[in-house]
Amino acid sequence: MNDIWRMIGQRLLFGLLTLFVISVVIFGATELLPGDLARELLGQSATEETLAALRDQLGLNDPAPLRYWNWLTAALQGDFGVSMATKRPIADLVGARLGNTLFLALYAAALSVPISLTLGVLAALWRNSIFDRASNALALTAISIPEFFVAYILVLFLAQSGLFPSMVRITGSTTFGDQLYMSFLPALTLTLVVTAHMMRMTRAAIINLLANPYIEMARLKGMSPLRVVLRHAVPNALAPIINVVALNLAYLITGVVVVEVVFVYPGLGQLMVDAVTNRDIAVVQAIALIFASAYVLLNLIADVLSTISNPRLMHRS
Amino acid sequence: MQILLAVIIGLALFFAIGLASRATLRGLAPAHLVPTFRDMPLTASFGLAVILIYVVVSVLAPVLAPFGESEVMGAQYLPWAAPYHLGTDKLGRDMLTRLIYGARNTVGIAFATTALAFVVGTVLGIWAALVGGWLDQTLSRIVDALMAIPALIFSLLLLTIFGTSVLSLILVIAAVDATRVYRLARSVAQGIVVMDYIEAARLRGEGMWRLIRREILPNAMAPLVAEFGLRFCFVFLAISALSFLGLGIKPPTADWGSMVRENATLITFGDVTPLLPAGAIALLTVAVNFVVDWQLHRASGLKE
Repeated sequence: MNDIWRMIGQRLLFGLLTLFVISVVIFGATELLPGDLARELLGQSATEETLAALRDQLGLNDPAPLRYWNWLTAALQGDFGVSMATKRPIADLVGARLGNTLFLALYAAALSVPISLTLGVLAALWRNSIFDRASNALALTAISIPEFFVAYILVLFLAQSGLFPSMVRITGSTTFGDQLYMSFLPALTLTLVVTAHMMRMTRAAIINLLANPYIEMARLKGMSPLRVVLRHAVPNALAPIINVVALNLAYLITGVVVVEVVFVYPGLGQLMVDAVTNRDIAVVQAIALIFASAYVLLNLIADVLSTISNPRLMHRS
Repeated sequence: MQILLAVIIGLALFFAIGLASRATLRGLAPAHLVPTFRDMPLTASFGLAVILIYVVVSVLAPVLAPFGESEVMGAQYLPWAAPYHLGTDKLGRDMLTRLIYGARNTVGIAFATTALAFVVGTVLGIWAALVGGWLDQTLSRIVDALMAIPALIFSLLLLTIFGTSVLSLILVIAAVDATRVYRLARSVAQGIVVMDYIEAARLRGEGMWRLIRREILPNAMAPLVAEFGLRFCFVFLAISALSFLGLGIKPPTADWGSMVRENATLITFGDVTPLLPAGAIALLTVAVNFVVDWQLHRASGLKE
């Protein structure tokens, strides 16, 4: 038990270090500009006074490390500053939308993970069958298709006939059931985009194990193929499966950006795209930090879970 | 019923194009390549044919297109009828023309970006593996830090800072993807730099550049070529996604991503026209993936 806690502690520390580096990169990116951020934002025609005012407002007169420190400590307390485009506190803008985006990502995960794991196990069970080959071609195709293509095809077939709404409007009075119904198409789009990859990797992880002597032993005992796969192969394939699930959930986090725009979903992705268009750097930095933290956190959880699932990983030197 | 018909026609086209291109390739190929093409799967020959068609269309765009790239022809959203075979768009520009020019712009920009990412990533990766020590450590840690941020999010951040123009789009995507290429190039090169012939070449007094170009690159080619195909797909999808979001290639330049966005309202009325550019994007990435899959399969020496 102690080993597990020590391992989790180690990973946590490492995750924190990664987050620190990420925050430096996100903040430092603005320092890359050859010229002055204020001039870049206001354009060539800006007068000296407005430039000075903006520099003052952005705190550009302070040295970079000091600005970084102020930004980070404020961000840790939930204060991301004020949006330049809307003049509202970023925390207010982000707050409600973060919940919506998390809801969408979890919704898509709840649909895609069971589907892809089941299909993956079946493909491994019936390997080299028509089902397996077709799923391989489909997976390759699904990975190559842009998200907005999938989204619009769904709109064409499911929304145009009035079955599901093609736009998501979430207000304070929306019930949970309504929200599930309204977000079905965006969630389905995300599901279709990530399922193929997860399924292929699940299949590969299981098939890799099938040549092992203990699988042969189980077969010789007269176990049914399904039982061999479920009882003997899947538990040993958990580590790679967990990793690929985490990778795809992390992909969901960035995938939401495009899907949210298609369905006018009031989430962080939409906000980020608007902010990029307006070059509202403070907002973009805040959202990038949130997305990146979620990404790091997911990888951290996957790392811990896959280590726990396979005790041999814990004792490698 | 219509859907079923579309699927059947699609499959028939796939087999026809695949078989035809395999037969042609076998006929035209030099003698030592004939077995390669004879054994290629249908998916790969289909992919090669599609890629070839895209290249031809983008090179001959001004000849093939019936009208000018951003010429406003008439009323907006005209239905599919001659002379506007695929109708017109939001501003009354001919859809077919813009699709054809889109091949040139979108694919061209994606190709240039991938090539740039590749040159930078490969040279730095091999250089790091060759020199080792602090240079390798510094470069690798920087790349690790950059890769810890999801690619799309990082590109959005950089686009905010540098502004959204085609040039900054190319540079930003190339920078983000170069980190991924660097990783692969470095790990491939690490296996090569410990070989005896590299030692011999060093003792011969070959310079850094010559070592990279003459000794390491030829031996690292196979995985790098496959990676180029995959990377192209990612870059192509990323550029299309950004253009779709209104942050990439801007109108009036014809581009598939922004064409989908501009005409998206038609979809809610059951018109499939805006799906054509999206389909064009999907078809090319699928084709490239098929070919890469075949190459990887061949390189790994796997037999069914």
